[in-house]
Amino acid sequence: MTHTLDHDDVRDGAPAGARGREAEHAGRPAARLRAERLSLAYGDRTVVHDLDLEIEDGTVTAVIGPNGCGKSTLLRSFGRLMKPLSGRVLLDGEPVHTMPTKRVAERVGLLPQSPVAPEGLSVADLVARGRHPHQTWYRRWSSDDEEAVARALRSTGTYELAERTLDELSGGQRQRAWIAMALAQETEILLLDEPTNHLDLAHQVEVLDLVRELHRDTGRTVVLVLHDLSLAARYADHLVAMKDGRVVAQGPPVEVLTEELLAEAFGLRALVRYDEEIGAPLVVPLSRERALA
Amino acid sequence: MVPGRRPLRFGPVSMVWRPRAALVPLVIAAAVFAGVVVNVGRGDIEVPVPDIVAVLLGGGDGVDRLVIMEMRLPRSLVGVLVGASLALAGAIFQNIARNPLASPDILGITTGAGVGAVAVIVGAGAYGGLSGVLADVGIPLAAVAGGLVTAVVIFVLAVRRGLSGFRVLLVGVGVNAVLGSALSWMLVKANIVDAGRALIWLNGSLNGANWELVRPAALALLVLLPLALGLSFQLGALAFDEDTARGLGVRMTASRAVLLVTAVLLTATATAVAGPIAFVALACPQLALRLLRCGTPPLLGSALLGGAVTVWADVLARSVVSDVELPVGVLTAALGAPYLLYLLIRSGRGRTS
Repeated sequence: MTHTLDHDDVRDGAPAGARGREAEHAGRPAARLRAERLSLAYGDRTVVHDLDLEIEDGTVTAVIGPNGCGKSTLLRSFGRLMKPLSGRVLLDGEPVHTMPTKRVAERVGLLPQSPVAPEGLSVADLVARGRHPHQTWYRRWSSDDEEAVARALRSTGTYELAERTLDELSGGQRQRAWIAMALAQETEILLLDEPTNHLDLAHQVEVLDLVRELHRDTGRTVVLVLHDLSLAARYADHLVAMKDGRVVAQGPPVEVLTEELLAEAFGLRALVRYDEEIGAPLVVPLSRERALA
Repeated sequence: MVPGRRPLRFGPVSMVWRPRAALVPLVIAAAVFAGVVVNVGRGDIEVPVPDIVAVLLGGGDGVDRLVIMEMRLPRSLVGVLVGASLALAGAIFQNIARNPLASPDILGITTGAGVGAVAVIVGAGAYGGLSGVLADVGIPLAAVAGGLVTAVVIFVLAVRRGLSGFRVLLVGVGVNAVLGSALSWMLVKANIVDAGRALIWLNGSLNGANWELVRPAALALLVLLPLALGLSFQLGALAFDEDTARGLGVRMTASRAVLLVTAVLLTATATAVAGPIAFVALACPQLALRLLRCGTPPLLGSALLGGAVTVWADVLARSVVSDVELPVGVLTAALGAPYLLYLLIRSGRGRTS
């Protein structure tokens, strides 16, 4: 099911929301995480406008869009980090902003764009902090905690780094350690804001492979914000394209990633070719000179 | 099994067993006790160590008891309590701001307390209307009020959609500068006797210590230390950036506010009792962090180290110049700063190589 909508259709906010309500009527259970007529603002600046979106359970969804389109802001509001200007974010049918922080943290894990931790912290200690929502002041290292942390370290390949401190890690190792922390939280929904930020291509692929494996092994719902369109197409089941705080298209990568969409949403002239070997569309940007010639 | 995190569990209670974090504080506690014994023995009448221990345990002869219990012990106790309070406050600030420079000295809270106290000393001096008793009560109260007002001002100026550690630090440095000039202005305006008294107080001194001063310092620490330790569970997650911490289910604003108020009260009480003893709040948490080898400044370790450093600095302050008792703050600054620099240089080298 896909919607490649032109801009005017989206402005009234109806189509995606109508789809959600149809789904409920059709007897399909509503998605665990969804936004209803959601508007988000920083001060006077409204960044997300009247947005309706359902995150399909058990899939990897990538949110794409040009800088400043509101994709990170949307992700933050899913993680209860932002209060909506209007509308709401529903988690299992309950508005997240009236839920206690801790109960949201037990179900939704979030890795912000540039997380900061004390540099002297060891990897094991960092990952163990991910257990915070499951702990109390007297229960700080239960056997459940220990198992979850060991699992998270193993699945991200950071077990051998456990006793190193953060300032001794490379960029890729550091990012894997952070993902391990989010994993140790053991939430069914995982929100990752540009997890490949600041990484070279090999490390980007490594991190995304990891996300894919996690999804395959545990069936988690993952929502990612990604910049690289080809990687997004390759690693996500579902793409959500945003522009100016609105969803302009969503669906399987093959249907969303079109030359028309790239021109409309990103103002980018590009070739989009379906690659049989990879099984996903590839995006090749055209330089302005080429385009003119 | 997770490397470096051996469990320690009894029934529902569980924690990580860190040998260093358990043993080093014991050693520091022993250093505190040794410092008190040595400090108490020194003076015009030298009391040998066995007699001191006997007195501290409730025995000893009459003269020794009088000299130690009435005249000398309060000084050491005030030193320990004030040092512990300052270091604990510093550890809390550094944890929350995620910055080793965050301490009540740098943020201006100590200076704020100083402005309060000096205003009373100068205003109630030779020309002031306050009598002796009122001045005694007035100085600590004014210091506490000055510290609290400063903290509120910093908070109001720094808060903007949540509290960023860096912003707090910048605003604090600015406020500190303003208060510093207010302090200088008052000292210039004051008559020479009052200015002299104010200056001694401003250097952080244990000279006037007595049991009346032990009580408030002990009370503050007795109430606020357990509170801070209870909240230290939240501190673990607070050491992250705002988004990550919220993502972990921490109620940021509430936890931070309670911890900050705790730290401000500790600082203000300590400053009220002994004046602004320099560098203890800044250096001790960083020293404790390196001694205990943990990622963030430890609360209990810092408090103990603060007590040890202050009482030993007092021992030195009383013996460096034979006929003058130097204010302890002169020594803590003179010793704390170079050691901190040494540690920073050493750890910096370790990291780049």
